[in-house]
Amino acid sequence: MAYSDKVLDHYQNPRNVGTLDKNALDVGTGVVGAPECGDVMKLQIKVGDDGRILDAKFKTYGCGSAIASSSLATEWLKGASVDDAAQIKNTQIVEELALPPVKIHCSVLAEDAIKAAIEDWRKKQAARIAASAASHS
Amino acid sequence: MKTPIYMDYSATTPCDPRVVQRMLPFFTETFGNSASRSHAFGWTAEAAVDHAREQVAALIGAHPKEILWTSGSTEANNLAIKGVAQMYRQKGNHLITAVTEHKAVLDPMKYLETQGFEVTFLPVNRLGHVDLEQLAFAMTDRTILVSLMAANNEIGTLHPLAKIGALCKQKGVLFHTDATQAPGKIELDVESQHIDLLSLSAHKLYGPKGVGCLYVRRKNPRVRLVSQMDGGGHERGMRSGTLNITGIVGMGEAAAIAKTELHSEVQKLLGLRARLQMRIMNSLPDSVVNGDQDARLPHLTNISFPYVEGESLIMGIKEIAVSSGSACTSASLEPSYVLKGLGLGDELAHSSIRFSLGRFTTEAEVDFAADRVIAEVNRLRAMSPLWEMVQEGIDLSQVKWTSH
Repeated sequence: MAYSDKVLDHYQNPRNVGTLDKNALDVGTGVVGAPECGDVMKLQIKVGDDGRILDAKFKTYGCGSAIASSSLATEWLKGASVDDAAQIKNTQIVEELALPPVKIHCSVLAEDAIKAAIEDWRKKQAARIAASAASHS
Repeated sequence: MKTPIYMDYSATTPCDPRVVQRMLPFFTETFGNSASRSHAFGWTAEAAVDHAREQVAALIGAHPKEILWTSGSTEANNLAIKGVAQMYRQKGNHLITAVTEHKAVLDPMKYLETQGFEVTFLPVNRLGHVDLEQLAFAMTDRTILVSLMAANNEIGTLHPLAKIGALCKQKGVLFHTDATQAPGKIELDVESQHIDLLSLSAHKLYGPKGVGCLYVRRKNPRVRLVSQMDGGGHERGMRSGTLNITGIVGMGEAAAIAKTELHSEVQKLLGLRARLQMRIMNSLPDSVVNGDQDARLPHLTNISFPYVEGESLIMGIKEIAVSSGSACTSASLEPSYVLKGLGLGDELAHSSIRFSLGRFTTEAEVDFAADRVIAEVNRLRAMSPLWEMVQEGIDLSQVKWTSH
């Protein structure tokens, strides 16, 4: 498999590998994929009060382009607003990393991981608002 | 030490320099066509082909006249399977093979299914063995051929040829074995192992690519084939086409070396493989060696590294040339059907690496490869969510995954 230099760079020097506290209220976690399919991505975001993503971390089990796709995603997420992050499309990842057609599913998985992480964070916020409304009434 | 280090001898081998030396004159000086009966150029070529036939026959305990030259094992398998099926159609239309055979056996079998034949694809157990009772049970009076490989190309498991051969003989069914991976690694003897047809390829035994042969028994019983390549009637009409003299000379020499050096080479390979496997397993004890660890080719080990995906591991150890059962290294995006056939589960298939060592492998290369693999598996595990979950005590089989 001939990969682009960008894929190789992300594979060899992955950005933002790590783990955030998945129980923290300001952290959203998305885990997508399945071991029997050959790729699992875990992507996490930590969101500030202003709705900007302060930090992003990933861990990925998968091929080189799966690792590169999630590494790139965390770079794009950091500093972005949650609303902008929700707009990231897999095609942008394909373009940036010059992924070959057989590896497009890796970019789809990265997009799914971003959406799942945002969804998790939004659920926590909704729960928090509901809880504080309940305690004030 | 020069990198990349070659550890994919089961894919192909370099030509032994002794083989190349033997071949060289046949390109330029003694370049005749062995079918030319009217002059010395042809006679010299024919003598060289006959000598090579003796060398290859000696390697498998056959008579030289039982060796039929082909372009390699794929052609030999096609000729054996389709040739027997078409010749013995009146006797029966049933053939038997196993799910872990090479595609060069499975695909001719599938082709025959479209032509009105019935094929039984036997399952294998976790070690890669067919159940001999099941094999015996599958044979009917309509069965004309059993095709089971000598040694599996992905995991190295050895089929008990003598037992399978005896069973076939007892039932009056022809026995073909794809022995591509076996020569120079295990003893092959068509008499004691009761083999009727046997496929070989030169490039797996330090000979050139593009040449191989099919052994076809001519006594007890005399096996007949319908040719698959028609033309000038070469090879007693069973395989027309001007012979690849240089390749054949090379294959003969490679076979002679493999026969002479079998025992010393096997000892060396066993030592190197044990060294590689031990070093890896000591550092990564949760790795899994696939296949039968006893009845196995001496030069090959197929190891799964749980929680790490095979293609990314191969990318990380690019100084070492190995192959993987991972889906991502194949065009089909399906993990190895051989490993799946063992009932391993896709996850272990995705994380498997095949190391195959050979005549020119050194201890220093083995140590280097083991250390690189260990370092890279650890690096990839540090970024694997599966590894993290396992460390947290999560049972991965209980997790609800979002398959895609």
